[in-house]
Amino acid sequence: MQEAVNAIVALMILANFLLLGTGSLRAAIRIVAIQGLALGLLPLLVHEKGLTLRLAIIAVLVILLKGIIIPRVLMKGLRELNTGRGITYYVGPVASLLIGILVMGSSLWWGYLLPLPDQPGYRLAIPMVFFTIISGLFLIVTRRQALMQIIGYLVLENGIYAFGVFFAQSESMLIEIGILLDVFVGVFIMGVMVFHISREFDSIEAGQLSTLKDWFRERRKSTETESPS
Amino acid sequence: MSLEILLAAIAVLLLSGVASLIVRRSPGAATFVAVSGALLACLMGLVAAVIVLSGGGYDYLEWAWSIPGGSFALGVDALSAVFLIILFFVSIPVCLFGVPYLRTYGSRQNLGAAWFFTCLLIASMAMVVLARNAVLFLVSWELMSVSSFFLVTFEKGKPEARSASLIYLVAAHIGAALLLVLFLLLGRDGSLDFDQFSVAGNAGLLFILCLLGFGSKAGFVPMHVWLPEAHPAAPSHISALMSGVMIKMGIYGIFRTITFLGNPQPWWGWLLLGIGVTSGTLGVLFALAQHDVKRLLAYHSVENIGIIAMGLGLGLLGLSYGSLPIAVLGFGGAIFHVVNHALFKGLLFLSAGAMAHTTGTREMDKLGGLLKRMPWTASLFLVGSVAICGLPPLNGFASEFLVYMAGLYGSTGTIGGTAVAGLVGMSSLALIGGLAIACFTKVFGVVFLGEPRSVNAGDVHDASPTMTVSMMILGAACLAVGLLAPFAVKALIPVIAIIAHTPLGIAREAVTRATAPLYTVTSVSLILVGVILAAVLLRSMLLRGRIVRTAGTWDCGYAAPSARMQYTAPSFVLPITGLFNRVLKTRRHRERPDGLFPTAAAIETHTPDIFQERLFRPILAGTERLLGVFRWLQHGNVHIYVLYILITLLVLMFWKMR
Repeated sequence: MQEAVNAIVALMILANFLLLGTGSLRAAIRIVAIQGLALGLLPLLVHEKGLTLRLAIIAVLVILLKGIIIPRVLMKGLRELNTGRGITYYVGPVASLLIGILVMGSSLWWGYLLPLPDQPGYRLAIPMVFFTIISGLFLIVTRRQALMQIIGYLVLENGIYAFGVFFAQSESMLIEIGILLDVFVGVFIMGVMVFHISREFDSIEAGQLSTLKDWFRERRKSTETESPS
Repeated sequence: MSLEILLAAIAVLLLSGVASLIVRRSPGAATFVAVSGALLACLMGLVAAVIVLSGGGYDYLEWAWSIPGGSFALGVDALSAVFLIILFFVSIPVCLFGVPYLRTYGSRQNLGAAWFFTCLLIASMAMVVLARNAVLFLVSWELMSVSSFFLVTFEKGKPEARSASLIYLVAAHIGAALLLVLFLLLGRDGSLDFDQFSVAGNAGLLFILCLLGFGSKAGFVPMHVWLPEAHPAAPSHISALMSGVMIKMGIYGIFRTITFLGNPQPWWGWLLLGIGVTSGTLGVLFALAQHDVKRLLAYHSVENIGIIAMGLGLGLLGLSYGSLPIAVLGFGGAIFHVVNHALFKGLLFLSAGAMAHTTGTREMDKLGGLLKRMPWTASLFLVGSVAICGLPPLNGFASEFLVYMAGLYGSTGTIGGTAVAGLVGMSSLALIGGLAIACFTKVFGVVFLGEPRSVNAGDVHDASPTMTVSMMILGAACLAVGLLAPFAVKALIPVIAIIAHTPLGIAREAVTRATAPLYTVTSVSLILVGVILAAVLLRSMLLRGRIVRTAGTWDCGYAAPSARMQYTAPSFVLPITGLFNRVLKTRRHRERPDGLFPTAAAIETHTPDIFQERLFRPILAGTERLLGVFRWLQHGNVHIYVLYILITLLVLMFWKMR
C-alpha cells in the first residue's frame, strides 16, 4: 500500500512539473485530468481500514468529476473557442520550471518541519501538497489565458483535497461532496466567464478584463458631470 | 403553550410568504395567499401575546442549533409580549391596506416578492422579540433589515427609491456591526445565551454600544438620517409597519439590554434624556419644514422616538437616584408611548398613503380641499393628528401625560438631579407638543381644508373600502386606548416591573399610586367626548326643519379668488421656522417681483437634513478620499490579484516556518 501511495504522490509532483513546463493547452488539460485521476485513487489507498462505501462513493465522484467531466468540458471549450492552441505566458516555461524546483525545495523543507503526525511512511505527502497548491496559484498568476486559470484553480484545489485526504480522515461525507460541488460550480462559472471574455474581446486573455475598469471609470465620470450636485 | 402558538404563527407567515412567491405569476393569487396567511398568523400571535401579558407568564424553549455560539433559544415574557401585540395588531390593517394599494402595481411589479418580504418582515420582527440567544437575535435582526430593505426598493424604477434604500442599507449595517460588538462583549464568558450574559464591569461601554447600535434602528438624532429617506420611498403600508413597529425594535433592544446591565448609573439617564430632548425637538422642527407628507411623518417618528427616549431617561434617572415613582412613571410612559405611537403613526401613514394613492402626489402644496372629497380619510387623519399632538382624549395624550408626571414628580421631589431632569423633560415636552400642534395644523389645513391646488386633487373621492376599514381599525384603537388609558397602564405593569428590576408586587403598588391622576384625566376626557357629542346632537336638533344654505366665504370684496391665493405650507409655518432658522438652515430661491406691474415671481424653499449635509456627507467624502489612496491596488488585472494571494501565502509560510 505504502509504495502505491508514494507512487501516486510522485505522479502528482510530476504532473505539476509537466504543467509548469508545457506549452500546449491541450496537453495541460490532459495532465490535469491525469492528476485528477491519481487524486481520486489516493483516498482508497491511504485509508488502512480498507474500502468502505463512503470512500468508494467519494473516489468515484472525484474520478468522474476531476478526471473525466471537467477535462472534457475544457476540451470542448478549447475546440469551440476560436483561439490558438499554444499557451501564452507572463513567465516562460523554462523560468517556470526553475521556480518550480525552488518551490519544491521549499516544500520539502516545510514537509520536514511539519511531518504527518500518524503516518511517518508518507514523507513526500506534505511537500506534494504545498507544491501542488503553490503551483496552482503560480499557474493562475503567470499564464495569460483564462482557460489556464481554470486549470490553475483545479491544481490548487487538488492540493487542498490531497491535504484533506492525509489529514482530515474523519471528515463527513457531506462536506467532501459539498467541496466537490463547489469545484464543479466554480469551474462552470469560470467557463461561462471565459466564453464571455472571448466573445467580448476576441481573445481569452484574462488581462483584457482590466479594460473593464476604465469602462467603469469613464461611466462614473460621465454620470458625475451629468448631475452637478 | 403560548410560545408554541407564536412559533406556529411565524411558520404560517413564512409558509404563506413562500407560497405567494410561488404563485407570483398571478398577482391576485399571490396577494390572496400572503394576506390570508398573514392575517391568520397575526390573529394567532395576538391571542398568544395577550395570554402572556395578562398572565405575566414566562415561557422558554431551547433547541440545539449547529451554529457556533448559537442555540435556538426562544422566550416570551411580558416585555416581548407588548412588542408582539403591537406588531401583530398593526400588521393586520397594514396587510389589509396593502391589498388595494399594491393592486395598481400588479401589472408592472412582482407582487409575490413584495408580499414575501412583507411576511418575512413580520416574522423576523417576531423572532427578534422572541430570541434569547445573541446569534439567533442577530440573524433575525439582519433578516428584518434585509426584508425591509427589499420593500423600500419596491419602486426600483425611481432613482430616489434606489438612493434611499442604499442609505438605509448602510445605516442598518453600521448599527448591526455595533450590535455584534455589544453581544460579543456581553457573551465573553463563553455562552451567547441571554440568560448567561455577564457585564463584568464595563456596563458603561455596553450601554453606549447599545445606544448606538439600537439607536440607529430607532432613529435617535443624529442616526436618524435614513428615516426621512426610507419612509417616503417605501409603499405606504410598509412605511406604517416600519415606522410604527420596526423602529420600535430598536427601543425593544434598549429595554432588553438594560435588563442585562444591572443597576444604572445616573449618566445613562442623563444621556438618554439628552438624546430624547434633541431627537424630539429637532425631529419636530424638521417635520415643520417639510413639503412631502410622508417625509414629514418620518421626522415625526424621530420626534416620538425622542419622547420615548425621554421617558426612558427619566426612568433610569429615577432608578439610579432611588426614586421608584419617577422610575415607574418614566418607563411606563416610554413603553406606553411605544404602543401609542405604533397605533397613531400607523394610522397616519396609512391615511397619507390613501391620500397619495388617490391624488398621485405627496406634495402638500399640490393638494387641498380633501376634507370634502375624502371625508373618511380626512377624519381618520384628524384622529391620528390629534393623537400624535398629545391632545386629549386620544391615546398620545395618555402616554405623554405619564412622561409629564415623571417630570413633575422629579421636579417637586427633594433629589437635586431628578429635579433638574424633570424640569428639562417637562419644558422640552411642552415645546415639542406645541410645535407638533403647529405642524399638524399646517398639514391638516393645507391638505384637507381650502380648495384644491391642482387638477389631481380636485377630482378624487375616498379610497377603497378596504383601505378605509384598515384605517378605522387603527383609529378606533387610538380612541379606545385613549379613553381606557388607566386600564392599559395596568396591563403594562409586568413590563414596567421587568425594566425597573422591581418585584411585581412593589411595581404594581408604585404604578397604581403614581398613575392615580390618570383616572381623573380620563374622566375629564370622557366628559369632553360627551360634550362634543352633545354639541353635535344639539346642532342637528337646532337645524332640523330649517333651511341650510351654503355660501362662499367672505373674500374681502374680491370676486374671483383662486386656489393660488391660499396659504402654502411653508408660508403658514414661516413665523415658526423663521425663529429656528439657525438650526433648520432653510434655503430660499427667490425671484422677486419686478417693476410696477410685475408679471412673474417665485419663491421656493428647501430644507435638507443638517446632519446629512454637515455630518455624514463630509465623513463619507473624507473616508472615500482616504480609501482612494488604495485605489491603485484595484487595477482590474486578475493575475495580479491572485499574485497578492500567492505572495501573502508564501510570506506567511516562510515567516511561520523559519
